[in-house]
Amino acid sequence: MSLESLGWQGLVILVVFGISLLIATYCTYAERVIAAFLQDRVGPDRAGPFGIVQPLADAVKLFTKEEFFPSGANKALFIFGPCLAMITALMSSAVIPFGNFLKFGETVVHLQGIEINVGMLYVFGIVSLGVYGIMIGGWASNNKFSLLGAIRAASQNISYELAMGLALIAVLMMSGSLSLRDITLQQSVPGEWHFWNVVKQPLGFIIFIVCAFAETNRTPFDLPECETELVGGYHTEYSSMKMGLYLFAEYVNVFVASAVMSVIYFGGFNFPFQYELRSWLSSSQGLSIDAAQNIIAILGVVAVFAKIFAFIFFFMWVRWTLPRFRYDQLMRLGWTILIPLAIFNILLTGGLITTGIIPEIKQWW
Amino acid sequence: MSLFLFLSFVALLSALGVVLAKNPVHSVLFLILTFFTLSAHYLLLNAQFLAAVNIIVYAGAIMVLFLFVIMFLNLNEETEPQKPMLAKVAATVSGGLLLLVMVAALRGVEPTGYNAATFDSQIGMVDRLGMVLFKEYSLPFELASILLLAAMVGSVMLGKRETGERNF
Repeated sequence: MSLESLGWQGLVILVVFGISLLIATYCTYAERVIAAFLQDRVGPDRAGPFGIVQPLADAVKLFTKEEFFPSGANKALFIFGPCLAMITALMSSAVIPFGNFLKFGETVVHLQGIEINVGMLYVFGIVSLGVYGIMIGGWASNNKFSLLGAIRAASQNISYELAMGLALIAVLMMSGSLSLRDITLQQSVPGEWHFWNVVKQPLGFIIFIVCAFAETNRTPFDLPECETELVGGYHTEYSSMKMGLYLFAEYVNVFVASAVMSVIYFGGFNFPFQYELRSWLSSSQGLSIDAAQNIIAILGVVAVFAKIFAFIFFFMWVRWTLPRFRYDQLMRLGWTILIPLAIFNILLTGGLITTGIIPEIKQWW
Repeated sequence: MSLFLFLSFVALLSALGVVLAKNPVHSVLFLILTFFTLSAHYLLLNAQFLAAVNIIVYAGAIMVLFLFVIMFLNLNEETEPQKPMLAKVAATVSGGLLLLVMVAALRGVEPTGYNAATFDSQIGMVDRLGMVLFKEYSLPFELASILLLAAMVGSVMLGKRETGERNF
């Protein structure tokens, strides 16, 4: 890799980082607006037109609040907890392909932080690390409720990670590749009638989205911060921006989970008739091949973000619709329903691949 | 080379931290850091799959369980049992002997160099590993999975509620 393309890739990573933070910021606003919409209220509308500078006002509020350290808390780990939650949340967006590539003359810029051939395992690994921020923060607070929240988070994450991994294995059996870019490109073959993975893996997708709710600690699985039982759960003792970082990390996680779902199951940056559009642009509109490809790539970025926003809306919709599970119900759902279903899905996929109903993937790019 | 030295330095330091930290939670966190440096070493060897799986299995699952148990039992500096002097001396001597054996075993090893012209840099990649595991070593691979299955059955057996046992 040349120095120039390294520089471009660094720029892409910076942009992805910025966009993750921006989307997480506006998720806080979107959450309140959607809650208001679903409950037939007005919602935040004071700060700026339609309240769109509300996140800024929230940030100012969080920054100026008193920093509180509970007595007997492990101070270093108490600070380290929210930092870790934020770091692990932001790390996983590095491998997500937000678009195909842009080509300017000789320079090719891939719209993806880094392309590694174990991309899916990378995301999975970072997701499994996400629980440490919650556990360490909950433990270091020296509070019974925080500790209970931390313990709940740990057992919940481990239980749902299994089903999530098993759901992904079925996708891997079809794709034969762990690279998220490969998986995206496989979902759309030029000149052929081709379906997104969600059509081939409906059961796997349902298992995955349930597990994604549990891994991001969103309602109906927000047991680690269950207000009615645990005061505030793992962030009971947190105040000021440390609290803000925990809340923020949750929204970044929601963003990343939405991005992963749209890439793996909903075709990522592919959109219908893209190759027809490209050949139309280059043949009848007189654009060069590269220019047509760039236009398609930019439309692909728009497509992937549209899918991500749809999933984020779904996350919020569910939050304001379903009540919280009880803890034993959560565990029963994870271990006795989702894991056997995921194993059944693997067997089913294996059978369909062997009988040739799911065709073998061609590496066409 | 400098990256390797830095990583080894961090690995050794955090491994020492595991042993020397008084607080069990700190020990676990140092152990997680050690696993991360080991994964970074795998990456230096271009073994991406091994690095990712090391993070998922050890840092992501096993250490979460460790931390879970330590938090659940609320172990801390005060509850750490004071071991008798004899046990400490015996542990030091046997640990030292183990070190001696390992140094003696590795002393005569000559690191075989590799030929840069014929070296296959893709050898640690996931598809290559899958081919080797499922074609050449499929029997040991399956045997290992049976071993894991036996362990799983054993843990279910131990965790099962016996008849008449109270449900908390």
